[in-house]
Amino acid sequence: MSLLELRGVDKIFGGLHAVRGVSFAVEKGSIFGLIGPNGAGKTTLFNVITGVYRPEHGEILLAGKDLAGLRPARIAARGVARTFQNIRIFRSMTVAENVMVAGHHLHSASIADAMLRTRRYEQDERALGKRAHELLEIFGLSHLAQEVAGSLPYGSQRRLEIARALMLSPELLLLDEPAAGMNSQEARTLNEQIRFLRDKLGLTVILVEHNMAVIMKVCETIHVVDHGETIAQGNPAEIKVNPAVLAAYLGQEEPNNQARS
Amino acid sequence: MKRTLLRAAIFVAVLLVIYGLGVACEAGFTEYVQRIVLLAGINVILAVGLNLINGTTGQFSIGHAGFMAVGAYGAAYVGVQLAPVAHRALGTGAVSNAFSFNLALLAGALFAGLSGLIVGLPSLRLRGDYLAVVTLGFGEIIRILFNNATFLGAATGYFGDDPSGLPAYTTFFWVYAWVALIVVLIHNLTFSQTGRSLTAIREDEIAAEAMATPTTRLKVTAFAISAATAGIAGGLFAHMQAGVRPEDFRFEKSIDMIVMIIVGGLGSISGAILGGIFVAVSLELMRDLQQYRLVLYALLLIVIMIVRPQGLLGRRELYQLFRKRKAGSGLESSR
Amino acid sequence: MTQLLQQIINGLSLGSIYALIALGYTMVYGILKLINFAHGEVFMVGAYTGYYSAGALGISAYEAQHRDFPVYLGLIVLVTAMATAALLGVLIELLAYRPVRNAPRLTPLITAIGVSLFLQNAGMLLFSPNPQRYPAILSEVRFEFFGVIVTNIKLTIFVVALCLMLGLHLFVQKTWTGRAMRALSFNIDAAKLMGIDTDNVIRSTFAVGSALAAAGGILFGLDQITINPLMGVLTGLKAFVAAVLGGIGSIPGAVVGGLLIGLAEQLTAGYLSAEYRDAITFVILILILLLKPEGLLGVVRVEKV
Repeated sequence: MSLLELRGVDKIFGGLHAVRGVSFAVEKGSIFGLIGPNGAGKTTLFNVITGVYRPEHGEILLAGKDLAGLRPARIAARGVARTFQNIRIFRSMTVAENVMVAGHHLHSASIADAMLRTRRYEQDERALGKRAHELLEIFGLSHLAQEVAGSLPYGSQRRLEIARALMLSPELLLLDEPAAGMNSQEARTLNEQIRFLRDKLGLTVILVEHNMAVIMKVCETIHVVDHGETIAQGNPAEIKVNPAVLAAYLGQEEPNNQARS
Repeated sequence: MKRTLLRAAIFVAVLLVIYGLGVACEAGFTEYVQRIVLLAGINVILAVGLNLINGTTGQFSIGHAGFMAVGAYGAAYVGVQLAPVAHRALGTGAVSNAFSFNLALLAGALFAGLSGLIVGLPSLRLRGDYLAVVTLGFGEIIRILFNNATFLGAATGYFGDDPSGLPAYTTFFWVYAWVALIVVLIHNLTFSQTGRSLTAIREDEIAAEAMATPTTRLKVTAFAISAATAGIAGGLFAHMQAGVRPEDFRFEKSIDMIVMIIVGGLGSISGAILGGIFVAVSLELMRDLQQYRLVLYALLLIVIMIVRPQGLLGRRELYQLFRKRKAGSGLESSR
Repeated sequence: MTQLLQQIINGLSLGSIYALIALGYTMVYGILKLINFAHGEVFMVGAYTGYYSAGALGISAYEAQHRDFPVYLGLIVLVTAMATAALLGVLIELLAYRPVRNAPRLTPLITAIGVSLFLQNAGMLLFSPNPQRYPAILSEVRFEFFGVIVTNIKLTIFVVALCLMLGLHLFVQKTWTGRAMRALSFNIDAAKLMGIDTDNVIRSTFAVGSALAAAGGILFGLDQITINPLMGVLTGLKAFVAAVLGGIGSIPGAVVGGLLIGLAEQLTAGYLSAEYRDAITFVILILILLLKPEGLLGVVRVEKV
C-alpha cells in the first residue's frame, strides 16, 4: 500500500496558483523523484506535505491518515522528515547538537528532570548521544561532532541535514535538492547513501533534484510537475522520452546540461 | 544511592560556604557595601532568568520589571498573610521566618510565572518582536494596576501591616542560596535537550519545527520560567527594603536587566552573572550622575550592538573560553 | 447619547494623532521588518520643536495680549517641527540602524530600544523632566451642537491629520520614491536588483514617517495641553498597537487602527474608568494577536522556506 498519497492538492498564493490539482501516491519503500523546471512547485509541494503551508484543497494521507491542518512539528513527529533547499542547519550549534535536537521521541525526561539532572534525564541524554553518533557515523561526520555546524563545508552541511532528519526515525524522508552544489564525486556518494537509507533503514524517500544523473539513477518512479500541474509520471526510462517532459524542459532550460555527470 | 549522598553533601557544603561568606560579609563590609552585594545577587537572578528567554531562545522581553513587580508584590502580600500562621505553628524563631519567607518567594514566583503565561501565550505564537511590544505594554499596565490597587497600598506602595514595614528577611545567605539554586537549575536546563531545542528555535524556527520541536510550547515554558525567576528576584528585593512601590519597577528597571545580559554576552550564563554584578556596581558608582545614567546606558547599548553585538563573552561560558577558542583556531587552519 | 457622541468626537481626534504616528511605524516595519522603538521619541522631539519654535516666534507676547497667534506662524511652527523631525529620523537611521541593518533580527531591535532610551533621557536633560504647558498656537473656540461640544482644536487636529494622510497617499501612489517604497516593502532584494537605490528610499521613509510623527506631536500638544520628555513612550506604544491592529505594513491599516485605538481609549475613559484608558490598548493588542495576527487590513505573509 502507498505510504503517502496526495489527492487533488491546490496551493494558492494571492493570485498565483502554485500547485494545482496534484495527485500522486508513493509506495512504501520506494525512492520517488519529483522533478520539474524552476518554479514548477516542487518545493511548495514539500512545504504542503510537511505542514509549512496549508493547502487550499485536497488531501494528504500518510498511511491513510489525513495530515491536513496539522502543524509542522506534529507532522514531523508522525514520521515525515525533510531537508531544505537552502540548508537550514542550526549554525551556531555543534554538529552533534544539531542532530540531537531532532531526538524528541527518544527523550521522555521532563524539564524538571533536566534541571535536577535525574537518572532518567541522564539515560535519555546517553541514548540521544549514542543515536546521534551512529547517524553521524553513517554520513562520515562523526569526527566533526564537536565542531560548530556553520563552519562546515557545504557538502558536509547537506549531509548533516540528512543525518538530523534521520534522527526523527522517520518513515518518509523528503530531500530537497540534496545534490545541489555537490561535485560529481560527492553526488555519486550521495546516490549510494540514498540507496542505503532505503535498503538498510527501510525508508521511503521523495527526492526533489535538478541533477538528472542522481534522479535517473536512484528513483524508481518519477513525477514531473510544471506550472504547478502534473505533466507526467513514470519510470526513468519512460520519463526520458516523454514528449511533454522534454517540451517543459526545453521551454525552460536544457536537461542535458543538468545531466552532464 | 551514592549519587544522592554525594549531591546532598555538595548541597550542604555549598550552603555552609554561603553561610560563612555571609558572616564574613557582615563582619567585613559596611552596610552600604553589603547592600550592593545583595543587589548584585538579585541582579544575577534577574539576568540569568532573562537570558534564558532573550539570549538562549532569542525572543525579546523588554518588560521584565513587570514580572519582578508581580513577584515582589505577591511575595510581600503572601509573606504578610503567612507570618502569623507560621508563628502559631513554628514559634517566632528563625525557622518560622525562613519558612514563611521562602514560601512567600515561591508564591511570588508562581504569580509571576502565571502572568508570564498570560503574556507569552498570545505573543509567542508569532514572531519574537511582538513579544517585545507586548512585554513593554505589560510592564506599563502592571504598574498602573499596582498604582490603583488600594489593598496593596496603591501609589504609596505596600509595606505590610506592621508600621516598620516588611520584615527584613533578605539576608546574604538567602540571596546567595537562591542565586546558587537558580544558576544551577537554569544552567542544567540550558545544557539539556530542552536547552538545545530553545537554541534551535533561536537559530531557525522553521527548521526546529520540521524537527518535531514543539516550538510554541517550549517558548511559552521558557518564558514562564524566566518570569518566575524575575518573581523570585522581586520577592527578595521586596524584603530587602521594607516595602514595594510601583515606581521601583519602572521601564528603567527592565532596561537595567537588558544591559546586564547584553554587556556580558547574550546567551551566556556566565555573561549574565558578570552583567548583573556590573550593573549593581555601576549603578552605585554613577549614583551622583543619576540623570546621565540612562543616557550612558542607552549609548552603551547602541555602541555594543554596532561594535560587538555578541557582548563580552558572546554565547560562550567562562569555562568554555579556552576550549572553544582551540576548536575555532583548529578550524581556521583547516580552511 | 450626547455623551456617546462627545466621546466619539474626542476619540476620532485623538485617534487621528495615533494614526499619524502609526504611519511611521508601519512604513518602517513594512520595509525593514524593524519595530522602530525610537519613533515615539521622534514624536516627542517634534512636539518640543513646536514648543520652542512657537516660543521663538514670540507666542508669549500674543498670549499676554490675548491675541490669536497668526495662522501663518502656526504653519511655520508645524513645518519647522516636521523638518527637524525628518532630519532626526534620517540621522537615527544613518547612525544607529544602517550599521546593523544586516545583523540578526535582535540586534536592530536592541539598537532601536537603545536609541529610544537615549532620546528620552537626552530629552529630560535638555528640556527638563517637568511637564511643560503647550503654547496656545490655536486659541480655543467652542461650538455646541445639541449639548455636544466641539472645539476648533479638535476640528483642526482632524483636518490637519486628514490632509497629511491624503498627502502621504498621493506621495506613495504617485511619486517615484513612493512607488520605490512600495517595491521595497514587497521585496527589498528584488528592488535592489532592479536598480533602486535602497539606502535612499529607506532614508526617505524615515524622513516622511518622522515628519508625520512630528505633526502628531504638535497636534498632541494642542490637544493635551502639556508635554513631557516621556510622552513618546505610551503614545508610541499605542500608535504601534494601532499599526498592528490595522495590519502592520499597511498604510490604510495604520489610519483605521489609529482611529479605532483613539475611539476605544475615549470610550473606556468615558464609560469604564479613566485609569484604564491606557490598559485598553494592551487588551486590544493581546486580542488582535490571538484572533487575527495579520491585522484588520493586513495580508498574511508567507515566509519563504
